[in-house]
Amino acid sequence: MALSTPASDTSLAPVVLPREGARGSSLYRDAWRRLLRNRLAVAGGAVVILLCLIAIFADLIAPQSYTKANFGHLYESPNREFPLGTDQLGRDVLSRLIYGARVSMLVGLGAQVIIVLIGVPIGALSGYIGGRTDLLLTRFVDVMYAFPRLLFVILVMSMLGAGLINIFIALGLTGWVGIARQTRAQVLSIKEKEFVEGARALGAGFWRVITRHVLPSALTPIVVSITFGIPEAIFTEAALSFIGVGINPPTPSWGQMVGENQQFLRSYWHLCVFPAIAIAATMLSFTFFGDGVRDALDPKLK
Amino acid sequence: MWLLRYVVYRLLWLVPTLLAMALVTFLVMHATPGSPLDPVAEGANPLSPEAQKNLAEVYGLDKPLYAQFGIFLQKALQGDFGKSFVYKTRTVTEIMAETFPISLLLGSMALALAVFGGVALGILAAVYQNRSWDYVSVSVATLGVSVPNFVLAVFLIVLFSFVLPIFPTGGWNSPKDWVLPTVTLALAPMGIIARFTRSSMLEVIRSDYIVTARAKGLAEGPVILKHVLKNGFIPVVTLLGPMFAAVGTGSFFVESIFRVPGMGRFFVLSMTGRDYPMIMAVVLVYGAFLALMNLVVDLLYGTLDPRIRY
Repeated sequence: MALSTPASDTSLAPVVLPREGARGSSLYRDAWRRLLRNRLAVAGGAVVILLCLIAIFADLIAPQSYTKANFGHLYESPNREFPLGTDQLGRDVLSRLIYGARVSMLVGLGAQVIIVLIGVPIGALSGYIGGRTDLLLTRFVDVMYAFPRLLFVILVMSMLGAGLINIFIALGLTGWVGIARQTRAQVLSIKEKEFVEGARALGAGFWRVITRHVLPSALTPIVVSITFGIPEAIFTEAALSFIGVGINPPTPSWGQMVGENQQFLRSYWHLCVFPAIAIAATMLSFTFFGDGVRDALDPKLK
Repeated sequence: MWLLRYVVYRLLWLVPTLLAMALVTFLVMHATPGSPLDPVAEGANPLSPEAQKNLAEVYGLDKPLYAQFGIFLQKALQGDFGKSFVYKTRTVTEIMAETFPISLLLGSMALALAVFGGVALGILAAVYQNRSWDYVSVSVATLGVSVPNFVLAVFLIVLFSFVLPIFPTGGWNSPKDWVLPTVTLALAPMGIIARFTRSSMLEVIRSDYIVTARAKGLAEGPVILKHVLKNGFIPVVTLLGPMFAAVGTGSFFVESIFRVPGMGRFFVLSMTGRDYPMIMAVVLVYGAFLALMNLVVDLLYGTLDPRIRY
């Protein structure tokens, strides 16, 4: 990793501790510069920002309400009045796509917040405390890991019933395992480092050592895992809605639009193809962006 | 001898893992509101309290939960998973025996395509690094990895059934029907394998013994196929475990879209219908299959790379 401070500084770890922060920001500044040079990542990031804006301002952008039925215009192909056509109730597909972005972004970001809030503390504690706590948590994590994730999410959702809150519960219950494992592995290697020992020697308490010294150093893989976790959550919501256990109608979700209409693909292609394109574009943008973030934070990995 | 001990050890671990999976699934099914007796489906006939009580007795749902779980375990050990709640005349074992081979065939074909296609794409990308073959291969890989398979299915149907009417949109009668579901299911694991093969090959290509092989005058073909691939392929094998999982869950969607009468389609139907015996059976069969495949992969890994010790 590129260091702007002279190497000799780091060997004086306890004395130079305040500098840790300065070095950290330099790492992130370098990463930021590398990210901006990656054209695919920038394009992906731009689409992600655009999608967030669409999600936030859906009420202003959408030509119609997503529930408004136009019974004089059922199953219309794309035309001037309805740029992407209408569905079986004459609802404007473009408007439903715009509101669908809201569901996707909400699930992608919201689920990730929950997953981080559960997974990071469990992983950090397990790795830092060690001993019996660690053994117990690792065993539990291993069993959860053996469970095929999507299968478990579908199980929980079909038992809880469709709905946005339930999606958060299902994703949160199952998603924290991966990030907990990763945090644990990071913490295990970092807690033996000199600067942590130094902090402890200076009298820093348990929580201070974890939150101020160990976790900031373990941040990079966590950030990478978040950038890949967001599209995974979006994918899971789309998959759940596709089989009918995700979002409750009439709230539009891209996955649900594809799932409901795939059997009419031959007659009304526009009902299925446009939401499919929206999902594909969103997933690709997040992947490009995530790949860029990973390469920028850890150039060795490329 | 150590190998046998390792295999036995791993197989013994399978027991608590499957038990835990069964328990978690059982608890999730019963801890959540709703029951198979009062279907939430629209237009379902509401049953009278007496009828509900009778049905509960027939299916053993009136007993306390721990007793229900105990009975399930006892019967499951004898290979009896009970009768399906939804397909009332058939036992779960019958349904599984009929649908599992179909899913297995679809999955194996997809996995074979994924491994061969993925490794080929990965080699091309590594050998022609930063040239057009690399970009083609990386694009295909990224598309496969990031786009959900039910979305890919839509695109493939539009392309190869409507625009160019080559393949049917669904069914499972002739080998021609197999093509689109197999390709759809294979694209995601193929992308992962291609990406992994590429980076692993690139690492090997730069190593000293490859330089030596070239220096002693070996042609490019043998260098790549004999020396690079041999070592570059080892890390790819570790991917095969998670790959089985990806293909397995992927087949829920692919089977629904292409109307393949496999296990995946039944799984989705049994979930929404609260078909307790079916759900338990599918989860356990799937979990056991996955664990066994992981064991096979680990053994294969050890054979390919003699440096590995268990």
